[in-house]
Amino acid sequence: MCGIVGLYLKNKKYNKDLGKFLTEMMNNMSTRGPDSAGFAIYSTERKKKYKYSICYNENNIKEIKKNLSKEIKDAKIKIISDHFVLETSLKPVKVISIIKSYDNLNLVGYGSSIEIFKQVGNPRDVVNNFSLKNFSGTHAIGHTRMATESAITTDGSHPYSTGEDECLVHNGSLSNHNNLRRTLKKKGIEIKSQNDTEVAAGYISNGLSNKKSLKDTLIDGLKDLDGFYTFISGTKNGLAIVRDEIACKPAVVAETKDYVAIASEFQAMAHLPNVNKAKIFEPEPGLVYSWGK
Amino acid sequence: MIKLNLKKDSLRKVNGLLQNLDQKSNDRSFKIINPDGNHAICAGLKEEMDVTIDGHVGYYCAGMNMKADVIVNGNVGTGVAENMMSGSVHVKGNASQSAGATAHGGTLIVDGDTSSRCGISMKGIDIIVKGSVGHMSAFMAQSGNLVICGDAGDALGDSIYEAKIFIKGEPKSLGADCEKKNMNKKDQDLLKSLLKKASIDENQLTNFKMYGSARKLYNFNIDNVSEY
Repeated sequence: MCGIVGLYLKNKKYNKDLGKFLTEMMNNMSTRGPDSAGFAIYSTERKKKYKYSICYNENNIKEIKKNLSKEIKDAKIKIISDHFVLETSLKPVKVISIIKSYDNLNLVGYGSSIEIFKQVGNPRDVVNNFSLKNFSGTHAIGHTRMATESAITTDGSHPYSTGEDECLVHNGSLSNHNNLRRTLKKKGIEIKSQNDTEVAAGYISNGLSNKKSLKDTLIDGLKDLDGFYTFISGTKNGLAIVRDEIACKPAVVAETKDYVAIASEFQAMAHLPNVNKAKIFEPEPGLVYSWGK
Repeated sequence: MIKLNLKKDSLRKVNGLLQNLDQKSNDRSFKIINPDGNHAICAGLKEEMDVTIDGHVGYYCAGMNMKADVIVNGNVGTGVAENMMSGSVHVKGNASQSAGATAHGGTLIVDGDTSSRCGISMKGIDIIVKGSVGHMSAFMAQSGNLVICGDAGDALGDSIYEAKIFIKGEPKSLGADCEKKNMNKKDQDLLKSLLKKASIDENQLTNFKMYGSARKLYNFNIDNVSEY
């Protein structure tokens, strides 16, 4: 089943409440996906600084922090549950190769704006562990997973990020992901897991790296990605949603002058301010909707 | 009028109260507030009563309804009035997919639009949609009537049996074995009575077209009887 949510703030006055709103949205979607959860938060980008969201599992974080600080001189490390966010002005190619040299570290995502966290367990516990309610930002995406295509692991949890400041959450399943994985790998897109959604994330990364817009990439995806899906995809500029043409997987959008909220079910957004005055609609099958700068 | 607040009382408690209404009870008018998108609100009501829900509700609202009249001042999720037997459900906003699915009787009125598969496998219900319906509506519809005042998405009436579809706008495409039919006086009167149920002005009666089964997908074809 899986639950997906997205929130794009049009009014800055709510930036400080982004985490609080998303917490409620994810808690309400825990019935659709009790196995694992994850979220991506976008905040205003900081010039020449990159943030790396890294999962250190149960390893000794003090030692990792000590060693990383030696290799990356201006490293700022913020530890949250079994993840930490490393901030540095060093070039991504260099930082990624350093992170890869640690067997016990897993790069969840990176960029100038994005921070990503995911964990196995009930979404209510996961959002608590990461103190999601304290996050602020401009837009966010969340996922509560009921595992179907691959195992209940952090590797199988959403959101997937296969490119700078990109992320994707998915409700559904793809049937041509093995073939597409091979094609994308040949094009140099790195796909780490056996999960179908990561392949779709790689497909989007490939499109964006060819200077296509997120919207156009998702339109192309309608003919290249075979299966059932409602996708919510994020970049540092905004959010997009698309449902396959059969549209078995639900989605509802609520738009007010202050925000755009997307969720699998209306109950995920019932707590948002003035939602009863929002323009509420279901995204039409095979149409891409996007909001952003 | 008895007020029920879903912020205070659990969904199970509210539904339990309505489902177990004493047959002799005189209190048959209820208002539910703060539905907040909860699922299965007013599912399985068996007695005559009026229930008004103020706000948006989730899946299977008033499913399996028998005798009760339910009004929703808001939008509804998947499967509103699914498998309804009798009574009525009136949605003042939009409905999601599979509205009135498999329903045997009663009336479903949607003031807004419905998304895909409206009236899928309907078995006798009257559905009146004042807006448009999504793709695959009236799929395998067996009996009853679907009135659409707007347009319809792809594959309207695919594999339809003996249900009737009245549409004022245009279907994007027709499903297998669904064809346009000529409307006779009886059909006109039927449409008139359906519009009246939804308080739609009689002047709106013009320009409706009727669709139904071409009966070519039926397993048994009298012309081929010698071959069976």
